[in-house]
Amino acid sequence: MNGPVASLNTAWFALIGVLWAGYLVLEGFDFGVGVLSVVISRDDIDRRLCRNAIGPIWDGNEVWLIVAAGATFAAFPLWYAAMFSGFYIPLFIVLAALIVRGVSFEFRGKRDSPGWRAGWDAALVAGSLIAAFAWGLVFTDLVHGLRLSHAGLYLGNLWGLLTPLAVVGGLASLAMFLAHGAAFLSLKTAGPLAARARRAAMWLSPPAGALVIGIAAWLAAGGSHGPGGLSAAVPITLAAACGVAFAASAAVLPAGRDGWAFGLSALGILAAVTAVWTALFPRVIVSSGPGPSLTLWSAASAHLTLVVMTIVAAIFVPLVLSYQGWSFWVFRQRLTRPVTQPAPAPERPPAAERHRRG
Amino acid sequence: MNDVLSRWQFGVTITYHFLFVPLTIGLALLVAVMQVLAYRRQDEVWERLTRFFGTLFLINFAMGIVTGIVQEFQFGMNWSNYSVFVGNIFGAPLAMEGLLAFFLESTFIGLWLFGRGRLPPLVRTLSICVVSLGTIVSAFFILTANAWMQHPVGYRIVGHKALLTDFWAVLGNSTLWAEFSHTVLAAFVTGSMLVLGVSAWQMLRGRQPEAFARSARLSAGVALVCTILVIVTGDVQARLMDSQQPMKMAAAEAVYRTQNGASFSLLTIGNLSGQPVFQIRIPHLLSLIATLSWNGRVTGITGAQHAEALRYGAGSYVPVLWVTYWSFRLMVGLGFLMLIASAWALWLSRRGAPKSFPRRRWTLWALVACIAAPFLANTFGWLFTEMGRQPWVVYGLMRTGLGISPSVSATDVALTLAGFTLLYTVLGIIDVVLMARAAGGGLTGGEGEPPAGAAPGAQELVY
Repeated sequence: MNGPVASLNTAWFALIGVLWAGYLVLEGFDFGVGVLSVVISRDDIDRRLCRNAIGPIWDGNEVWLIVAAGATFAAFPLWYAAMFSGFYIPLFIVLAALIVRGVSFEFRGKRDSPGWRAGWDAALVAGSLIAAFAWGLVFTDLVHGLRLSHAGLYLGNLWGLLTPLAVVGGLASLAMFLAHGAAFLSLKTAGPLAARARRAAMWLSPPAGALVIGIAAWLAAGGSHGPGGLSAAVPITLAAACGVAFAASAAVLPAGRDGWAFGLSALGILAAVTAVWTALFPRVIVSSGPGPSLTLWSAASAHLTLVVMTIVAAIFVPLVLSYQGWSFWVFRQRLTRPVTQPAPAPERPPAAERHRRG
Repeated sequence: MNDVLSRWQFGVTITYHFLFVPLTIGLALLVAVMQVLAYRRQDEVWERLTRFFGTLFLINFAMGIVTGIVQEFQFGMNWSNYSVFVGNIFGAPLAMEGLLAFFLESTFIGLWLFGRGRLPPLVRTLSICVVSLGTIVSAFFILTANAWMQHPVGYRIVGHKALLTDFWAVLGNSTLWAEFSHTVLAAFVTGSMLVLGVSAWQMLRGRQPEAFARSARLSAGVALVCTILVIVTGDVQARLMDSQQPMKMAAAEAVYRTQNGASFSLLTIGNLSGQPVFQIRIPHLLSLIATLSWNGRVTGITGAQHAEALRYGAGSYVPVLWVTYWSFRLMVGLGFLMLIASAWALWLSRRGAPKSFPRRRWTLWALVACIAAPFLANTFGWLFTEMGRQPWVVYGLMRTGLGISPSVSATDVALTLAGFTLLYTVLGIIDVVLMARAAGGGLTGGEGEPPAGAAPGAQELVY
């Protein structure tokens, strides 16, 4: 089954790419902050600063996932059905992870007990870590190829999803989100905490980009099941752009350019998602047999649904972007320690402190 | 096996999710009203009440969101055949719910919660109003999807898919507007019965009785008005159901024989097979409910079964009768209980009444106990409407058993069913304990007071 490239199907394929990219760029730094909130903190105030840095926005970030999934359901029902039933167990684990990390925000501070707080800190770390890994795994599998039936449904079991390449893909998204989250914390916090975040971002960014390039190169060298509609050079170039963005993000941090570093890591994730989408096009799930790959024609809704959804999206996506952007602007200020709670004595002198911009 | 387990999983997770949803919709409205009162009157007591009930709202909001994602994912995970069949129509309202409602709610709740001392009070006040609006818009779109399952309109069947032919018909579905008004009003009742019960509890403990008498009065008023409207809209729905899903109406009553001037069974002892041991009946009431006329004709189960078998082929089209019969009765009964409770509370707390409301211990205890009533009524209502539609997942178009994911094994579903049940049980216990602690705490600082230890101009550490 095939159809014209210049069509609503292509537009919706692109829009769903935008929604997933929006989700992964935004909740990506939430996941990173979630893991780092324990790793780079020295005391409870540090951990609370990390949580509050994403406090007003994490929930809005997660809505991008709901809209991305809903838009996939509406525009490409078979893509949604095959993907969500195919990744049954991984998605169950993602849901459990999102649940425990989501409630940890409200629950953690409601009882004054160190054990209680430590428990919810662990929930945030584990939930963020698992979700950050899982999305990389899922999208690598979609590009790499899954055993699909003639009806377009996944034929394998859980182990068929956990291929070595998909695991590397999971590590790549984990590394990207950690680096992105660290860049966000260096932008949103101050003092020794920001300095530690900066150091973490500098260490994490280069491997994040390298992993993405590695996966793209391996797929281009024949690891993928059948060519897509675009030249293999396109995703490779985008993966290289992702690597460059992360390297640049690490490079500008010593000069204290936190905003630039965060913007560059966001660009890196955007490039990685675009690489996935261009590698897929015009397929939505690559099949390794026996059925054909799902494409943006075979999996799509009828014309009227796409028209209605296009009108709704044209009105509301810009509106959402504007008020969500306004919310980011309202909470742009760096979070500082309350004056009655001075920072604990550092275990070693904070080397990056001198780079702080104040 | 897959279909049974998937149905159990959907039933367990949706029932659980829908404990939080109506409470969130209802509390958002009441907290917004309190915040507006605090802002308009520059009133410190309303500000403190806003903050107090806002805490209860936020604990539930978190649970509502995270359990809601599960519901969206589950269509694809456990019901892939269903998703392919309906996605063309069903997916659109789901995406719109996210785009039009969830973004509003989540962004403006952050602005309201973290905006204290950072945004002008008017903007903060408007933020919580936008959150309330978002919860109502969200209800509209998800019920658009559900109403289509009850009464599909604006489609044609091509191959094995339902394709959208008229989007306005989907939005103008009569079932949708009846369901939407009934459900949202019931959610307002849920929020106000919780505020009323918690206020009663605080008065019982003698904590700031004057402040909590205010919230009690407000919530009793909202509960009374909305309960009356829930009954009215429920009645409208019953008549729609009688024409659109006659089997469901018959199953609500467990009446077998089609009859004119049918009586309403208040309760039945014995089995529901048509030969009960003992029952109390109100003459003509069922005909009145279903058709608005004294001697109206009400289709019985036997007649409905015969009609559906002729139309859709051999097989049983009768839902599980003890579930539909009792859930319908309990829903209605609890509704009237809340009508009496809220009217009584409003009368006692009326302006110019003797100031004895905070000392009427029996009444206050009864109001605390009534917190459970809206949750039970909501649950019974949905059990009735969803189980009463069986064996259909989309009425007249797709049977529930055919909607499953053929590629997911029963073992996998059993695993996740156990996982969700365990996780939800643990979180449910924690949520109730935290709610009870927050509901038993005192009123704390209002808008004007900076949090302890905050530097001037610094952002408050909310979490």
